[in-house]
Amino acid sequence: MSAPVTLPRWADLALLPALNVLVAFAVAGLVVLAIGESPLEATALLLRGALGHGEGIGFTLYYTTNFVFAGLAVAVAFHAGLFNIGGEGQAMLGGVGAAMVALAFGTGPGWLVLPLAVLAAAAFGALWAAVPGWLQARRGSHVVITTIMFNFIASALLIYLLVDVFRPPGSMEPSSRLFGPGGKLPFLHELVPGLPKTPLNLSFVLALAASVVIYLLIYRSRLGYAIRTVGANPTAARYGGISPERITIIVMAISGALAGMMAINEILGVQHRLINDFTGGYGFVGIAVALMGRSHPVGILLAALLFGVLYQGGTELAFDKPRITRDMIVVIQGLVILFAGALEFMFKPALARLLGGREG
Amino acid sequence: MDLIETALAILASGLRLAIPLLCACLAGLYSERSGVVDIGLEGKMLAAAFGATVAALSTGSAYAGLAVGMATAVVLALIHGYAAITQRGNQIVSGMAINMLAAGLTALLGNVWYREGGRTPSLEGAARFNPITLPGTETLADVPVLGPFWRLVVSGHPLPVYLALAAVPLTWFLLYRTRWGLRLRAVGENPAAVDTAGISVPRIRYSAMLATGVLCGLGGTYLAVAQAASFLPHITAGKGFIALAALIFAKWRPVQALGACLLFGLLDAVAIRLQGVALPGIGQVPVQAIQALPYVLTVILLAGFVGRAIPPKAIGVPYVKER
Repeated sequence: MSAPVTLPRWADLALLPALNVLVAFAVAGLVVLAIGESPLEATALLLRGALGHGEGIGFTLYYTTNFVFAGLAVAVAFHAGLFNIGGEGQAMLGGVGAAMVALAFGTGPGWLVLPLAVLAAAAFGALWAAVPGWLQARRGSHVVITTIMFNFIASALLIYLLVDVFRPPGSMEPSSRLFGPGGKLPFLHELVPGLPKTPLNLSFVLALAASVVIYLLIYRSRLGYAIRTVGANPTAARYGGISPERITIIVMAISGALAGMMAINEILGVQHRLINDFTGGYGFVGIAVALMGRSHPVGILLAALLFGVLYQGGTELAFDKPRITRDMIVVIQGLVILFAGALEFMFKPALARLLGGREG
Repeated sequence: MDLIETALAILASGLRLAIPLLCACLAGLYSERSGVVDIGLEGKMLAAAFGATVAALSTGSAYAGLAVGMATAVVLALIHGYAAITQRGNQIVSGMAINMLAAGLTALLGNVWYREGGRTPSLEGAARFNPITLPGTETLADVPVLGPFWRLVVSGHPLPVYLALAAVPLTWFLLYRTRWGLRLRAVGENPAAVDTAGISVPRIRYSAMLATGVLCGLGGTYLAVAQAASFLPHITAGKGFIALAALIFAKWRPVQALGACLLFGLLDAVAIRLQGVALPGIGQVPVQAIQALPYVLTVILLAGFVGRAIPPKAIGVPYVKER
């Protein structure tokens, strides 16, 4: 049972992950069947809602933007053998940073204010993640537990700031005032005439750029090599002159910066004010996206797109089939994380036998 | 006198708020002491709350609810066990998956079955665990301090509260005074040594999963069938994670777990009381600050600034039998 099973490289990289995701969706289909709806019809409605018309595609890509940032954040940490569950909290802090800049300088020119706000989002997210990173590296506190705790602390902090600091006098709603024109990231339909009106904004382009940067960082840079070495074998890394402690802190900061950038899409791009709950659990979707995309930027883009389709299509599906609420998306997320993550190697022995691979 | 009544009322409400934490905390204790990390306590409690409510609604019996609640959580605990023990998968990832499955499925099925946006109808009469008045309440009624203490804090809770409190000495006994407990602790520290003694590591770990499931079931059932008298989506509201914090705070020991959960429950009760109240000398304390306190305290403890929380040695590491 504990004999290592070997698979051909293509099967290990493509077939097994595809099979895992397929099983996750098959089980999701069974759930749909169990509540008395047809999985095929539901899938057709979902795809039509997400990709069937221009507006749907816009919404799909808007969701995708969040998932690219969240997925990259989790993936960068994975490469160093770290598990950052704190994407939600880091995004909340990112929102606080972006909002502070946008509120203070909202009357200024966008070309100056927006880059500053983006940097603030990344910096606040990075800081919020670097603290657990530092605690892991220097004090040995497990980063999973501390990032969970930091999520709750961030949530309390955000509510406090919204209720007691950012809320304009006389307003009942826990949210900041609207940003000035300089603090609004342009929508894509404003830049490209003829596109339908959707929340899709410039941060989508930023997300694509971030994927390229992370690809270069992880696979083509000295730091990326150090990160991957620490993830594969910290002892060997130390022997090679790399400090795993230093890498842990740096990686958590990069991961937090990416998670913080989720706020760019939501706060600077769509809401144009700081609100509560704007992270909407997207940080956790990042875990599913990173697992499904095998922590590679190309895989993450595809997985993020898939979850974008699920979110947008799922919303439309809930209109047509009120029995299949948006909670179905959370079920699918859970199933993907279970089969593509925790039970990653469940089918490996069977697959090896099927492909004639040998044991031992 | 009025002050005492108020203090006792806060104490009683703190106790009630501590019960779900205590159940999840003890549940996590079994799992983590056996070497399996469990961040899926939240999901197991949530699923149990839903299962228990559905069963109590359809049978009209709170006890049936408790049984189904426990069974639901046990099933999820065994899935986690299968991923963590048999498949040697990543235990954090598996716990996360359990949380999401529970959150999604309960809301989805609740909406399909009851059509109230995920809520269930209210539980009434025998379908709910009602407060029990302990003997002595009347006799002690006129005794100052002790009388109200007995009436408000000791007596007047539903059955799951007493079951959860009884689970503390029981867990202590099982862990420190039985052969199984010795093996459980050993498996979490040094599974290879246990294996060498001819004892099955997976079997011990799976039995720990059963205990985890039963206790999560009790916690979830208490939340829905006793406290709220119905199921609402996300009724656990992060309690499974505070329990995880309490577990670290208690350094994975049962009696200290009770202390940590009571402390966190009391903090919660005080936070509810202090909403909008200005304290003399300090001014108004933001409720959020008190709500965040358990998490902040846990991080400080984890960082080793005040005492050191050292987890079981083999925690999170799948056991591979040597060949």
